[in-house]
Amino acid sequence: MSRTVSSLALIDRVKAGEAAAIARLISRAESGAAEAHEALARIYGLAGRAHVIGVTGVPGSGKSTLVGKLCAALRAKGERVGIVAIDPSSPYSGGAILGDRIRMTEMASDPGVYIRSMATRGAVGGMARATLDVVDILDVAGFDTVVLETVGVGQDEVEIVRASHTTIVVSAPGLGDEIQAIKAGILEIADIHVVSKCDRSDANRTLVDLKQMLMGGLRAAPPGAWHAPVIGTSAFSGQGVDELVAAIERHRHFALESKSGEQRRLAIAEFRLRKTAENLLLDRFGEKIAQAGAPLAARLMRREADPYSVATELLNTALLRETGHEQDARSKIA
Amino acid sequence: MTTPIRVMLAKVGLDGHDRGVRVVARALRDAGMDVIYTGLHRTPDEVVTAAIQEDVDVLGVSLLSGVQMTVFPKILDKLKREGADDMIVVAGGVMPDEDAVALKRMGVKEVMLQDTPPQAIVDTLRKLVTERGPR
Repeated sequence: MSRTVSSLALIDRVKAGEAAAIARLISRAESGAAEAHEALARIYGLAGRAHVIGVTGVPGSGKSTLVGKLCAALRAKGERVGIVAIDPSSPYSGGAILGDRIRMTEMASDPGVYIRSMATRGAVGGMARATLDVVDILDVAGFDTVVLETVGVGQDEVEIVRASHTTIVVSAPGLGDEIQAIKAGILEIADIHVVSKCDRSDANRTLVDLKQMLMGGLRAAPPGAWHAPVIGTSAFSGQGVDELVAAIERHRHFALESKSGEQRRLAIAEFRLRKTAENLLLDRFGEKIAQAGAPLAARLMRREADPYSVATELLNTALLRETGHEQDARSKIA
Repeated sequence: MTTPIRVMLAKVGLDGHDRGVRVVARALRDAGMDVIYTGLHRTPDEVVTAAIQEDVDVLGVSLLSGVQMTVFPKILDKLKREGADDMIVVAGGVMPDEDAVALKRMGVKEVMLQDTPPQAIVDTLRKLVTERGPR
């Protein structure tokens, strides 16, 4: 590919499903470059057709392996599948080892599958900053289903539910007891629960704990609400994968036909709006805040100042530099 | 914020030894790069497909099995056919000196053999990406 193709010029080739063009536009989205904003805005207008499945769970629960099996099953039905797999960046060097592809080798040279690995690059919540743009690009490129795999999460990274139409939470046997299962947080967001590694002897305990937790919520649920099924899977034996595909299909129809599905789509849009605004703010002020922050942090460390006043001072400084800069620009134009 | 250099490290064919490539992966990560590792036993076709999807700056293929003169022509050929010949391809591992010369003539940008210090690999990749320029 020529080195200087504009992002806008890539759109037609993305629509035609050209792998190298899809790849390059994703890179531009990831870089956050202003050059790509107009193209990504156009992509948003063209997207909205794909069903987005979010897969989340603790590290080592088997998310990538499950995504691999799920993808193979969807391919068998003739669907084209895009996968966005996120792994953490090092907080020290900024580098990352992106290893999710290793678990998805079954479809390694299938043109109906597109796998993209992303590093979090400092973003929190389980996803990378450009994740939602990348989902849209794959949507426009003609992938019927886009599977979004978060980093291995803890108990509280629930943004995935605002980025996907169907959220799957993967639990592995042997981690925690029935108290873990009634805690607030990640288990609440599942549209479908999967207990992975069900070839293990202690898997039944996890299945029972989860089902009991959900029974507790049933009585409180309004009529017509979605009841998240609990599905045991094993990548080793293939158990449960067909059941999972059927559950996803049921949830997809439920979301299309029910009031709560529409509320979900609105919540997704609200999240997108807030995230994009946050990113624009970071682009504009992030560096200024980092520059102005160092001397203030030193004062804070020596307890010469309190966090509230230095934070206010920091924001004021950043805003002042911003407006000063704009006045500069205007006086140049004049 | 600058975008990290993206590197795919691949093991091709029946070669079952990947401790070396994992050491390199770690060194590149610690130098701030995004490293995608393919795992063992991939085909040249699979590696190129993955490298294009991931839009990596550098594709590094590690070989300890002596098949470099069949693997690299296939990789370079497919990259060209797919319109991705601006990808920087480098080789690592163990091979005869004359093969290293032949590979570089073929279009492999650098051959880094088993005694190359990790920092030298980091420096080489940074230099190659800088020389290529933005894309």
